[in-house]
Amino acid sequence: MSRQSLAKAHQKIQELAWEPQYHEPYMKYGTDYTFRKAQKKDPLKQILRSYFPMEEEKDNRVYGAEDGAIRGNMFRQVQERWLEWQKLFLSIIPLPEISAARSMPMLFHAVPNPELHNGQAIQMIDEVRHSTIQQNLKRLYMQNYIDPAGFNNSLRNFHNDYAGTIGRQFAEGFITGDAITAASIYLTIVAETAFTNTLFVAMPAEAAANGDYLLPTVFHSVQSDESRHISNGYATLLMALSDEGNRQLLERDLRYAWWNNHAVVDAAIGVFIEYGTKDRRKDRESYAEMWRRWIYDDYYRSYLVPLEKYGLTVPHDLIEEAWNRIWNKGYVHEVAQFFATGWLANYWRIDGMTDEDFEWFEYKYPGWYDKYGKWWENYSRLATPNGHKPIVGEDVDYVYPQRCWTCMVPCLIREDIVTAEVDGHHRTYCSETCRWTDVEAFRPVYQGRETPNMGRLVGHREWETLYHGWTWDEVVSDMGYVRDDGKTMTAQPHLNLDPSKMWTLDHLKRLPPLQSPNVLFNEMTDEQRAAYIADYRRQGPAGRPAPASA
Amino acid sequence: MTATEERPDTSTPERPPRSVPQPHFTDAEAGAKDFPDSGASARRFNYYDPAKRKQTHYEDVTVEVQPDPRHYLSQGWIYGFADGQTGYPLTWTKLKAWGVDDPEPVRGVGTGGGGRGLNWPAHGWHEFRDPNEEWEQTIYRNNANVVRQLNQNIENARNAKSFEQWTRNWIRFVERSVGAWMHVEHILGLYVFAANERSCPTNMHNTVLAVNSAHKIRFAQDLALYNLTLSEEIEDFDGSAHVDAWNNDTEWQGVREITEALTAVQDDWGEAMFVTNVIFEPLIGELFRSGLVMHAAPGNGDFVTPTVMGAGEHDYAQRDLRWTKACFGPLVHDREFADHNRQLMDGWLSAWVPRVLTAARTMQPLWSQPDHRPPRFEDSLDHAKNRFAGILDDLGLETPKELAQ
Ligand SMILES: [Fe+2]
Ligand SMILES: [Fe+2]
Repeated sequence: MSRQSLAKAHQKIQELAWEPQYHEPYMKYGTDYTFRKAQKKDPLKQILRSYFPMEEEKDNRVYGAEDGAIRGNMFRQVQERWLEWQKLFLSIIPLPEISAARSMPMLFHAVPNPELHNGQAIQMIDEVRHSTIQQNLKRLYMQNYIDPAGFNNSLRNFHNDYAGTIGRQFAEGFITGDAITAASIYLTIVAETAFTNTLFVAMPAEAAANGDYLLPTVFHSVQSDESRHISNGYATLLMALSDEGNRQLLERDLRYAWWNNHAVVDAAIGVFIEYGTKDRRKDRESYAEMWRRWIYDDYYRSYLVPLEKYGLTVPHDLIEEAWNRIWNKGYVHEVAQFFATGWLANYWRIDGMTDEDFEWFEYKYPGWYDKYGKWWENYSRLATPNGHKPIVGEDVDYVYPQRCWTCMVPCLIREDIVTAEVDGHHRTYCSETCRWTDVEAFRPVYQGRETPNMGRLVGHREWETLYHGWTWDEVVSDMGYVRDDGKTMTAQPHLNLDPSKMWTLDHLKRLPPLQSPNVLFNEMTDEQRAAYIADYRRQGPAGRPAPASA
Repeated sequence: MTATEERPDTSTPERPPRSVPQPHFTDAEAGAKDFPDSGASARRFNYYDPAKRKQTHYEDVTVEVQPDPRHYLSQGWIYGFADGQTGYPLTWTKLKAWGVDDPEPVRGVGTGGGGRGLNWPAHGWHEFRDPNEEWEQTIYRNNANVVRQLNQNIENARNAKSFEQWTRNWIRFVERSVGAWMHVEHILGLYVFAANERSCPTNMHNTVLAVNSAHKIRFAQDLALYNLTLSEEIEDFDGSAHVDAWNNDTEWQGVREITEALTAVQDDWGEAMFVTNVIFEPLIGELFRSGLVMHAAPGNGDFVTPTVMGAGEHDYAQRDLRWTKACFGPLVHDREFADHNRQLMDGWLSAWVPRVLTAARTMQPLWSQPDHRPPRFEDSLDHAKNRFAGILDDLGLETPKELAQ
């Protein structure tokens, strides 16, 4: 369509606007936000006459590239170190996508602005696109990559593994609870506007450097829909800001959503990019450098800060603290180490780090080797079964951590752990903000104000609880992370596919039963708990036990 | 913040050597080595059973994407609504599929994941598959084909000056009443199909609702943009008359009332879908689109409007009705709740059929507006009633006595 006819078309479809005359639509989803004073915004309405052919054309490019990759034997050049992590990522991401589709009706119900609903309905179908195009990419990997284990049982794994559960916040968080908190602030304003850049742009770039050009093809195609979604979110945010009564809720939700996205996305994508790559060119950007560019400069400085003049309270302290965790507190490195410690509970293989990797880490993160180098040397030493236990059962100066009740990433920055007793249950948190999220934000009253629509954090949030007292071979077979010979594990702490080098359920019998840190924590007396936490805060970095003398 | 654009090139005339990742031969393709899970049988999704003998591409990209605590979801839902509801509650319709009243597995300290020994599917909702097998490739391919076809038809008609043959009365009819129909499709697309998409139970359901919604929104826009073309091509065609007809013409107020009522169905996505696709569509949608417009147009020299209407008609008859039958039919014969569902649907039929028929009858004067008359209203209505009775028969439901009105 020509520009002129497009402009006329936009004008024309405004005539579809509907003012109910006989019946008001049923409103199912509640919010504590109000939209009384909101100016009706008129964002871009999508003209489907051009949208469908445009998206079809994008699809043709994606599927053409997929055919080409197979014909061109792309998998002869793909780094296994990289593709193994895609078993985790692609198990998670189709659900967040379809949840984004599911969240759109919540906005219809909560935001009384018909001008926005058209864009939201088109976003819904976009998200169906994203979910199924990604599921299809995973299917292609399963069919063509050397090791299909972990792809072939992908969605069972995602549903029963702790790593999947962490990722699931990035889905249930979009569709449950206060409609605006979930579908607007958590999904659109933070997840889509800030973090899709690391997910769908930075990470695919790293994939290409590891021989996989399909991940970039698919995810750039996905990302090209994102700018429309971001406009939807921005329009809603401006409407919300015009009712002053919303500002307290906006401040709360931005703090929660920012911190949770940071905790979850930086943990996962940071690890994929830093520990999943074989590209150790010194001039390639580290995750920290990318974060500074995409998140700090493009999102925080250029998007959030200018909203202050409309009355938005920007959580400057939490943005600085997220950076502090990434840059000074080793957040990504601690998470990678934890994943590798618990490799046996996963459904992908984790490659060890070599001297070349060490050199790169030391160059990008000065002081890295002193903290993490020895542990990764131990990881490689213990990689193939040779009479010893998996690394989690060996003495390598690592204390298995507590989990954060809120973000469910373990409390890896040991000095930051905090606790709370909620309904007679002792919970641990990775940070003060995660404690606040559970104890103060997700409650029916916030700072003395009734918030009857606010959601709840529920579920068996510590995965280890379910397997307290189980032997590890039983745990792994209960989860189904076993290959088709009935004994070789899906996960391995190395990339060697020689069956004699691979761990089996039998090897796990050497380990003592799994103990849930949270169950043990609750069995302690108050004094023991206090002493335990005092000790915990003195642990680390790299999970080291507290030094002997206080 | 889509920032996929390239950064500005700041290089000087003497460019330093480019730093690019080097390809490495890894031989990481299927079949390169033998080890457990390396064979062809391990290259399929092993976490679900197909509805038919073979796993389909559609199933591969949709089944189990959404978790269920009755299956593998060992840690349970992690977010709840204020009232304690979580996930995709099965009570958001009064319809029931077998198994829904059975308790969820209880998990806690030392229970394990709870996936062992569970029956699956845990309830009948999980048996639903979209017979149209819609996923992203089909959605864009089908809808792009429709808009390409429509653009071409309209363009050909423009070049052939075929709008010049239209009679004055027919122009009035198209500007007011064909125009008014865009509002029906728009409201259904946004406030019935899209609006209920959060509420239905499985990923298979939400996908068909999203696709049905997209059909409707596209069709509404097809009609609006066709209306725009006509106002450019036909000298005295009033492009805003459809708004007046929709707001004020008595012939349209019954349809408007019932369309709005469909958006107001209280907390029951199943009722909203059933009433819209099983009752409203044959008795009002097809009655107007086929029974009137498509029949009347050729006699009035109009060969274009039927292709625009026909695209929407085809979406309903060939796609949207198909998923609807596959969704509701099994509930009528449900092994545990057949009686419950049948009573519920009978109740919906008794409540809605008279309202829908009353609305249909308010449209009757439209049948006498064109110079060349379509079939008589009563004949069109009989045809629609037969069609409706046939759909009920396919679903295994009795024709309600109210249809005889
Ligand atoms: Fe998306
Ligand atoms: Fe946390």
